[in-house]
Amino acid sequence: MYDLSCADVTKRFGNFTAVSGVTLDIPSGSFFSILGPSGCGKTTLMRMIAGFESPTSGDIRIKGESVIGQPPNRRNVKMVFQHLALFPMMNVGENIAYGLRCRGDARSGIGGKVARVLDRVGLPGVEDKRIEQLSGGQKQRIAIARCMVLEPDVLLLDEPLGALDLKLREHMKIELKQLQHQFETTFLYITHDQSEALVMSDNVAVMNAGRFEQVGSPRELYDDPRSGFVAGFVGDATRLAGRIEEVRGQEARIALEEEGGTVLGRLCDDSRVGDAVEIFLRPEAMTLEDRGYASSLGGTVDSLLFNGANSRILVRTGSGHLIEIADRAQRQSLSEGDAVTISWQPDRARVFAGREV
Amino acid sequence: MGRDAGRLSLILLFAPFALWIGLLIVLPQLGIGYVSLREKVGIAEYEIGLGNYADFFGEPIYRNTLLRTAWMSILVTILALILGFPVAYYIAKIAKERSRAALFLMCLIPLWVSDLVRAYGWIVLLRETGLVSSALVSLGLIAEPVEMLYNDVTVIIGLVYTVILFMIVPLVSTLQGMDDALLEAGYNLGGSRLTVFRRIIVPYAMPGIVAGCIITFMLTAGSYLTPILLGGKNSSWFTEQIYSQFITRYNWEAGATFGVLLLVFTSLVVWFGLKLTGQSLATTVAKE
Repeated sequence: MYDLSCADVTKRFGNFTAVSGVTLDIPSGSFFSILGPSGCGKTTLMRMIAGFESPTSGDIRIKGESVIGQPPNRRNVKMVFQHLALFPMMNVGENIAYGLRCRGDARSGIGGKVARVLDRVGLPGVEDKRIEQLSGGQKQRIAIARCMVLEPDVLLLDEPLGALDLKLREHMKIELKQLQHQFETTFLYITHDQSEALVMSDNVAVMNAGRFEQVGSPRELYDDPRSGFVAGFVGDATRLAGRIEEVRGQEARIALEEEGGTVLGRLCDDSRVGDAVEIFLRPEAMTLEDRGYASSLGGTVDSLLFNGANSRILVRTGSGHLIEIADRAQRQSLSEGDAVTISWQPDRARVFAGREV
Repeated sequence: MGRDAGRLSLILLFAPFALWIGLLIVLPQLGIGYVSLREKVGIAEYEIGLGNYADFFGEPIYRNTLLRTAWMSILVTILALILGFPVAYYIAKIAKERSRAALFLMCLIPLWVSDLVRAYGWIVLLRETGLVSSALVSLGLIAEPVEMLYNDVTVIIGLVYTVILFMIVPLVSTLQGMDDALLEAGYNLGGSRLTVFRRIIVPYAMPGIVAGCIITFMLTAGSYLTPILLGGKNSSWFTEQIYSQFITRYNWEAGATFGVLLLVFTSLVVWFGLKLTGQSLATTVAKE
């Protein structure tokens, strides 16, 4: 039994297809993210689930029942808006009580429910505060509490962390995940920030141009992307363009377009000899040490970026391309301008058919 | 040096406003207040006292005219709010970006024409030999021409038409500041259309509603041309009393007294209105 399913949902605005044939099933109590660049249709999809738009075709089911034609105020999906949309003319308690009062709860029970949900989001006793007295993170929690007090089947979150500063965002990622565990409610989270999606989600759908490119766990998306778009969008990757010279089993020999020379990679789709392809290299898949890997590329050290465990070495190739390499050892021995050789195991470089960019 | 320059520019910027307020509003009002306290006891002989005010309260027709003016102004304000709100909502929230400016301009167009000409426009339409009356006769809907001027309904229609713009403008500007997400959140959390209107749109628009109501009420209570031209002798508008004291009877003392009373009374009505709706100037009009 799925809390939320979409079957072949399509939405067109005039000639423009915003969402095209999206199918998804979200199991109860899981944290599901839709990850995609702005304009990919993810917000439209969410608005259809909430009932603010109706799909051109396809079906949306909540707890197994179709909600097509049901107005937004009758659906038991609640939404945390991008800018939270807390009601500025009401205090915190009234904001949370709004939904309960709309539902027709007995006046006597409302106070207790509000107090309990505030307790659960870790802000007990703030009922009488005005919205503008709260900090960014507190507003976030109130927006979630305002939805959760209604015990929705699914909670939709539309990039709610976008307005926060970086430090708070990092903190809220963890907190959101904990809240989701605590409430055991299905969360559908929409974001263009891959780190948010990867950190919090049980499953992620990568969306591009109105379609789902791939649905899977964060690890699958990172380690086993199914398309060039996913490989480039999820996680850091250096992208090099080239043309296939030779295919041997899974391995392809590719002549690089700009850098010259040939490198090896694992062919991930049905490209053939002569096709234009892209090679995606994760920073941690490459090394500057001589480990006898079969594929390599020369360059000079451009700069050393220190960022604790995330330190990087930027290497400039002959054609001016910058390649990011993870620097786990945080080597002191290199300095800018040194000539180096980047090498990698062929099966850790992914090769996909070239896309028009 | 920097601070002096800052202070100088503040003074320079503030000066025109202070002069305007001081010379054109405060000073004349003080003068009026002074004249109203002057009792005429002989030719060019005056005493300071409250006799003029006693005269006002002693004469029922004056009191009743003031009360009637206030009631009708309140009615006009309420009608302007009821009619203006949907218009403002349409302009601010429903109309497309491009047509918004055009719609707003269409609301402003009546201001191109002077009050006087607009009032005469109504007269042309509504008098016994006017367009509406003759059209109804020629359509056979009524047997004889009817006089539609010189009654309270016409005065109220004319006043609503004159002041509604001043209701729409502040409403549009407050409603424009409202994030559509607030409405969607209102529906999403289970609110019906009525709930969203009552608990979200109206409270959000409150500053605009209060500002619009104060402006339209003050303008209506202080208006002269429209009630006189459309209401004729029956209009019994308080400004007409002031005019006749000053000009017809040349009784400046009584006229000044009426002027002060109109100001005090309308201010009281506004204050009472704010109390009644639980608003204050600080939380509505002056709110950012």
